[in-house]
Amino acid sequence: MITAMNTETTVPINSDADIVVARQKSRELAVHLGFSPTDSTLIATAISELARNIVLYAKHGEIIVGAVQNASRYGIVVVARDKGPGIPNIEQAMQGGYSTSRSLGLGLPGVKRLMDQFDIVSSLGAGTTVTVRKWRDAERSYVLPTVS
Amino acid sequence: MEVPILKQSHYLIASIQAALTDADLLQLRDALAEKVGRFRSRGVIVDVTALDVMDSFASRTLRDLAHMIRLRGAETVIVGIQPEVALAMVQLGLTLEGVATALDLEEGLAFLNEKTQRHLGIETNSPRK
Repeated sequence: MITAMNTETTVPINSDADIVVARQKSRELAVHLGFSPTDSTLIATAISELARNIVLYAKHGEIIVGAVQNASRYGIVVVARDKGPGIPNIEQAMQGGYSTSRSLGLGLPGVKRLMDQFDIVSSLGAGTTVTVRKWRDAERSYVLPTVS
Repeated sequence: MEVPILKQSHYLIASIQAALTDADLLQLRDALAEKVGRFRSRGVIVDVTALDVMDSFASRTLRDLAHMIRLRGAETVIVGIQPEVALAMVQLGLTLEGVATALDLEEGLAFLNEKTQRHLGIETNSPRK
């Protein structure tokens, strides 16, 4: 997979105001990359959740948004990185389905649903890195046979 | 950015104009809970048409707001959730359970009128038993 670096933006996350900046930057890039308004909103919402986890649990970190491309498709890649306490039990953090509104969970299952690909690396005391990708809809029309 | 709150007869209308930080949302929640008492309001409308993202924090804060206003004796209705925002909310499992919603300001006002009319003395025309 080749990552195009020319459209990469890094947003430092240190306070709740930075959450707004991160989701605006990710929406801007999504629109620029040709995502639909709906997909751009889904992406911005996912990034809002990831940025909030940084503020709540690690205090400081960064969100990097960039374009991504492989053989047949274009997309957006977002890396949320912090040097916080880390997640003790990733498996548990990824469970819990639709309970984000009631619990004070990390909302990671929700972020996973909003995006196409989700990867998380976390080690106790060293921090957490979440990498998510979403591919542009164009790929689907390329794969699906045309109905006439 | 502070959200302007308008007083319209028995109601308070908060119209969100731009993206809000967490602190702005909490400020809005507390301001409405306080103003409902000061103006003896019967209902509150929160217009989120211009809100770019409704994430778990925004959702939880609006739900808390609605429940606080109910405990203060008034009704709350959230209006203007955009289709793509609604989709993102559903994906995140944010259903705003127990909170009234309406399509837009007009529908929100109609909802509050119906909800609060019996408190405003309009029931005098209803038949007695």
